[in-house]
Amino acid sequence: MTHHLFLPLLLPLLTAVSVLLAEGHRTLKRLVMLLGTSGLLGYAAYLLLLVYRQGPQMTVAGGWPLPYGIALSADLLSAAMLLISALVSWVVLLYTFATVDPPRERFGFYFFYQCVLVGVNGAFLAGDLFNLYVWFEVMLIASFGLMTLGGERGQLEGGLKYVVINLVSSTIFLIAIGLLYGAAGTLNMAHLAHIISAEGSSPFISAVALLFLVSFGIKAAIFPLFFWLPASYHTPPPAVTALFGGLLTKVGVYALFRAFSLLFPQNPAFIHELILVLAGLTMSVGVLGAIAQNNVRRILSFHIISQIGYMLMGLGLFTTAGLAGGVFYIVHHIIVKTALLMVGGTLERATGSGELKEMGGQLRQRPMLATLFILAALSLAGVPPLSGFFSKLALLTAAVGQGRYAIAAVSLAVSVLTLFSMTKIWSEAFWKAPPQQARSHAGAVDWKVMSPVAVLVVLTVALGILAEPALQVARAAAGQLLSGAGHVLAVDR
Amino acid sequence: MEVIAAFVIGALFAAGFYLTLRRSIVKLLLGLMLMNHGANLLLLTVGGLRRGAPPIIGAAQRAQMADPLPQALILTAIVIGFGLNAFTLVLAYRAHQAVGSDDLDDMRQTDR
Repeated sequence: MTHHLFLPLLLPLLTAVSVLLAEGHRTLKRLVMLLGTSGLLGYAAYLLLLVYRQGPQMTVAGGWPLPYGIALSADLLSAAMLLISALVSWVVLLYTFATVDPPRERFGFYFFYQCVLVGVNGAFLAGDLFNLYVWFEVMLIASFGLMTLGGERGQLEGGLKYVVINLVSSTIFLIAIGLLYGAAGTLNMAHLAHIISAEGSSPFISAVALLFLVSFGIKAAIFPLFFWLPASYHTPPPAVTALFGGLLTKVGVYALFRAFSLLFPQNPAFIHELILVLAGLTMSVGVLGAIAQNNVRRILSFHIISQIGYMLMGLGLFTTAGLAGGVFYIVHHIIVKTALLMVGGTLERATGSGELKEMGGQLRQRPMLATLFILAALSLAGVPPLSGFFSKLALLTAAVGQGRYAIAAVSLAVSVLTLFSMTKIWSEAFWKAPPQQARSHAGAVDWKVMSPVAVLVVLTVALGILAEPALQVARAAAGQLLSGAGHVLAVDR
Repeated sequence: MEVIAAFVIGALFAAGFYLTLRRSIVKLLLGLMLMNHGANLLLLTVGGLRRGAPPIIGAAQRAQMADPLPQALILTAIVIGFGLNAFTLVLAYRAHQAVGSDDLDDMRQTDR
C-alpha cells in the first residue's frame, strides 16, 4: 500500500488552481505550469521505476477495506502510460509557450490544460469502474474547454460534434456500468474480474462487454465510430491538436486494453476476434481517409485512426507477444504522432495555411523543420531503425507466430500506404516550389517552436535504438495484463 | 415494478434516439438529456426497486437493507450530466450564433 499514488492527480490539480491564482502575471503563470508539469514528469519516472522493481502499487481511498474502498492502482501499463503522457504534456507545454496567442493564454488555457492531465492520469490509475467513468468526464469537460476556447467558427462546429459524440459515449459507458453492477454487485475492477471469471462466459456478459467496446471505441476512434475525430481535431490551435492527438484517444485505447484483458477475457473466440477484425478495418479505412485529404492536420488526424488499428491488433491477438507489441506501439505512437502534429502546426504557422496546395518550398526555407518531419514521418511509417519499425515488427512477429496471416498482411499494406501518404506531405509542403502568391506569414518559426519537436524526434530515434529493453518492459506489462496481477492481488490482500 | 421501470427506460431511450436523429441542434441536445435520464433510471433499477431499511450496520438485518450505492452513483452522474448539459447548451448557442443556423446540415465546414 503506497500513499503517493494520489500525486499524479493532486499535482496537476494544484497547478491548475495556482495558475488561476497567478492570473494577470504571464511569466509567473508559465513558471507555475513548467514547475507543475516537471514535477509530474519526475514523479511518473519514479513510479515507473518503482513498479518495475517492486511490482504493482495501489492506494485505497479513505482506508476502507477492499473491495469497498475506491482503489487507485498502478501496474506497469498504468505507470508507463503515466510517464509517456507526462512527458508529452511537458513537451507540448513548451510548444504552447512558443505558439499560443495572448487572448487564449489569458482566458484559462493553462487551467484547462492541467485539468485534462488530471482526468488522463486519473483514468490511467483508476481501479474502480465508476471512478474510471468520473475521470473520463473530468478529462472530457476539460478537453471541451480547450477545444472550443477562442470561439472561432470552425472550433464551435468541430467542438459541437466532438462534445455530442462523447456525451453519447459516456451515456453508453454509464449503461454498461449499471448493467454490470446489477449482475455482479461490485464496481471494483479486480473484484468484478473475480466474479465474472467465476461465473464464466454468458450471453449477458458478452452483451455488456460489447457496450464497453462501443463506448471506449468511440473515445478511441475505432472503425465505424471515428467520424468525430477528423471533423474536430484540426480546428483548435496546433498545441491543442498535438496534446489531444497524443493523449486523448490513447486513453480510450488504454481503457479497451484494461477492460478486455482484466474484465472480459473469457470469450476471446468472439470478442477478441471481433476486435481483430475492427483493428484491420480501422487501419485500412484510416489510412485511405488520410490519402484522400489535402489539409496537413486532417491528414495527420486520419493517421491517428489508422494507428489506433495497430494498437487494437495487439489487443485482438491477446497473447503476451501481441499485447507487448500493442503496448510498445502505444508509447511509440504517442511520441511520433505528437511530434508530427506539432510539425503540421508549425507548417501552418510558417505558410499561413493548412492546405497542402498553398504550401511549398519549406525544404529550402526551413531545412531543420524538414529534417524533423521526415524522421518522424519515417518512424510513423515504420522504417528501420526508428521506433515505428520495431513496434510494427513486434506486432507482426506476434501475428505470424499465431498464424494470423490476414491481419499481418493488412498491417503491412497499411504501412506502405502510410509511407505514401507521408511522401505526399513531403513533396507538397517541402519539395514543391513555393506558391506564386505567398501568404502573409502567420508567425515566426524559430528554435522555440522547433525544439519541442526535436525532443520528441530524438526520443523516437532513442526508442528505436533501445527497442529491446523497451520491449522487455512492454512484455512485463503484457504479462501483468494477462495475469491481472496489478488488480487481482489487491483484492486478496 | 422493475418491468414498468424497464418500459420507462426504453421509452426515454427511444425518444432520446429519435430526437438525436433530428437536424435541429436544440432537439439533438434534448435527446441527449433524455438518454442521460434513461441511463440514470437504469442505474436505479438495476440496484433493485424495493423498499428496504437504511443501510446502517446494526439498524436492520443485512438482507432487508436497501443498496445505497446506485443512489450515490446516480447522484454523481446527475451532477456530471448537469455540468455537461449546461456547457453543451452554451456551446450550441455560440455555434448557432457563429453559423447563423439551427440546422446540423449547415455545419459541414469542418468535414471537408
